[in-house]
Parts: sequence; C-alpha cells; structure tokens
Amino acid sequence: MSDQIRAILKEHGRLAVDVATLADDSDLYQAGMTSHASVNVMLALEGTFDLEFPDRMLRRDVFESISEIRNAIDELSKGR
Amino acid sequence: MDTVARIAREVAAPFADEVDRQARFPHESIEALRKARLMSALVPRDRGGAGCGMEELAAMCEILGQHCASSAMVFAMHHIQVASILRHAITQPYYAKYIAELAEKQYLIASATSEVGIGGEMRTSICAVERDAHGRFKLDKDCSTISYGAQADDILFQARRDAQAPSNDQIFVLVRKNEFTLTQKGAWDTLGMRGTCSPPFMLNSQGEVGQIFETPFADVTSETQVPFSHILWSNVWLGIATAAVSRARAFVRQQARAKPGTTPPTALRLAEVSSLLQTMRTNVHDVASECDALMRDEKNGTAALSSIAFALKMNNLKVSSSQLVVQIVHQTLLICGIMGYKNDSKVAVGRHLRDAHSAALMVGNDRIYATNASLLLVLKDD
Repeated sequence: MSDQIRAILKEHGRLAVDVATLADDSDLYQAGMTSHASVNVMLALEGTFDLEFPDRMLRRDVFESISEIRNAIDELSKGR
Repeated sequence: MDTVARIAREVAAPFADEVDRQARFPHESIEALRKARLMSALVPRDRGGAGCGMEELAAMCEILGQHCASSAMVFAMHHIQVASILRHAITQPYYAKYIAELAEKQYLIASATSEVGIGGEMRTSICAVERDAHGRFKLDKDCSTISYGAQADDILFQARRDAQAPSNDQIFVLVRKNEFTLTQKGAWDTLGMRGTCSPPFMLNSQGEVGQIFETPFADVTSETQVPFSHILWSNVWLGIATAAVSRARAFVRQQARAKPGTTPPTALRLAEVSSLLQTMRTNVHDVASECDALMRDEKNGTAALSSIAFALKMNNLKVSSSQLVVQIVHQTLLICGIMGYKNDSKVAVGRHLRDAHSAALMVGNDRIYATNASLLLVLKDD
C-alpha cells in the first residue's frame, strides 16, 4: 500500500523533494506539500483505494505522513 | 464594554473624519484603548489581562467600527496577533514573559504577513530564517504592506524555516521594537481604511531563536489567524454597516417628520436594508459564537478548528460579510441621496462606502472562493 501512496504523492503532492528520499514518518508538509496539493492527494487516494474520507478525517494531521495516511486507509478499509 | 462604547463615541468618532482625510494613524483612540488596558483584553486574568473571550472582543470591534473603522481595524489586527501568541506559544518561556509585559505596558503588535513576490498567498514565503551558532537569527522581509508598521511596538510575521525549506514550511516569529528596522518603500494613499497606515516596508530584523514559535505557522493560521481575522474583520464591517444604516434611519425619520401622515418612499428602501443588516448581523454573531465555543473546548476544539468543514465556514463568513457591507452601505447612500453623498452632511456615508470596499480585498474574495472550490471537492457534509 505504501508504494501506491508514494506513487500518488509523486504525482499529486507537488513535493519539493523526491518522494523516494522520504521515510514513512517524514512530515509531508515540511517536504513542501501545500493544502491545495493535499486536496488532490485526498481525491487520488479516494479514487485509487475506492473509499471516502469522512469529514472527521479531513484534517491536516491525518495526511501528515505516509504512515498516517496508511493508518487512515486501514481504518476505513476495516469498516467494510 | 461600556468603556469601549465610550471611547468609540467620545474619542474615535470626533477624529474619524480627520483620520480619514489626512490618512493618519488614529493615535487618540489607540491611546484611549491603551489607557483602558484593552490591548490585553484577550489575555487571561491570571496573566494580567481582562480575560475576555472572542465574542466580547468581536462586540468591541463592532462598536469601534461604528465610529471609526480604521481604529477598529487596528484594534482587531492587534488582537489577532495576541490570540495567536496565547493559543500557540504561551508555553514557551519567552512568550509567557512577553505577554505579562504586554499586559503591563499595553504594547501594540502589528503583523507583517504580506510579502513582495508571493502574490498574496500567506501560506507561502520567500524570506527565510538565518540562524547563527550562538542561538540568534537574522531575518529580512520585503513586505508589500504592514498596517501601522511605523506605529507598532512589536511585529509578528511568518518566514521559511530556513534557507533550504520549501516555500510553505513556515515559522511564525515576533520581533521587538529594538530588534527591527523598517524602511518605508511607498505611500499609503488609498480609497478607504486610510487610518490603518499600511504602506510597503522593508523589514530587517534579528533576535533569539527562542522567539520562534514551536508550532508551525500552518497550524497557527488554520486554528487562530484565519478564524480570528475573518470574525473580527466581519465585526468591524458590521460596525460600518450599522453606522451607515443608522444615518439612513435618521434621514428617513427627518423626512417623515416633515410630512406627517405620509410614509416617505425612502422608508421602503430602509425596510429593505434593515433586513440585509439583520442577515449580516445574525451570520456574524452565529459564527463568532460557534468559534468561541470551539476555542474553549480543550478536548475536541483543536480537531474541529483544523477541519475542512470549519475552514469552509470561516471563508464563507468572510466572503458574505465583505459583500453585504458594500451592498448595505450602497443602499444607505441611495436612501440619503445627495445628503449622503455630501461629505459635510450629518448623514454622509462616503467614508463608510470607501472603507467598506476594502473588505473584499483583505485576502481577495476570488482567492477564498478558489480555496473553497477545492475544499468542496473532498467535503462530504456528513
């Protein structure tokens, strides 16, 4: 799953650094992801993983790092 | 609150036209607010302040806005900065000490959030912190505008974390009067809000690393700067609208007295504008009260304040009240006719109309609509 998340970040995250150089817990905002880019990342994640982030999860910290994103997706997939 | 009402009426109002005409700082009203110890209105009592909440402060902005919009806007902008320190940096020793000093000496804080070359996007910086090996930093910023920069004691502003950081990895920092120099780079000769004295400046500063907020600017923006700005500004605009409607009411009453028994045609327009004013007032108060509750909610407040739903609501408030204020004041001009158009008349609304037009530009409405458009792509309303 991390590879898919990384691919999405590479395409939509508009990061200032190569996503391959980031650790799973690196701060994506410090790596240059803007709030606008994070919206595109959310949309791509929803499309790729066929899920919808509920409003309570649409917070900055939920998309802060690759591992946080993975936790969020895990949580949503479990509920199905 | 009575004190603010008195200052607004007796100090801000008599100088409002002069402040506007000369585009000079409303130092009489700010001095009076200082003497009444209102620059620390938001500071909790145990830290030497008045312990007011956001709703009380919003009401103060409205009352001041009824009499002198420039004084009200300076007061509002100062408190947005105080609120940011209180919510995000008060646990840092430097700021605990600073707030105590602010409460004692009634400092005025300006903000330098604009920068030449970023196109009005506050969440982007070009300037960057340069740290040295002795725990000090140097920071220079080319600002397209700093409101009351020349009159402020201290300045709060954002910059990139360091020279390598991407443009949106920003920190927030306060520099004190003896730590910065401002070089004015242009004039402040504007349509309205002339007393805020907001020309472009080159800001050169230095300080201790302990002055840098530990909380990233991104969080300070979403949890405090945006909600406080949009709510306090909206209250200033509500004050402008209320004052203009009150002049229109005086005008219509006068017409009615001249011909008892017939309702003047302007009364219909007055009824119309009074409904608009009520819509604006209800919206502004409703959002302020919701935000106040979230700010006090220690358990779930932060999560709610940083949610997309809340950002959308705050942006909607700004856009709608900045449009309503212009619409309302414009209507009052139509009611008062030539008497509203004449600057020396008792029901003049020219200054109100010019001040009102600043509302749509303080963070451009189109930029806010663009943000909301993108937020709505992911928000589900569940």
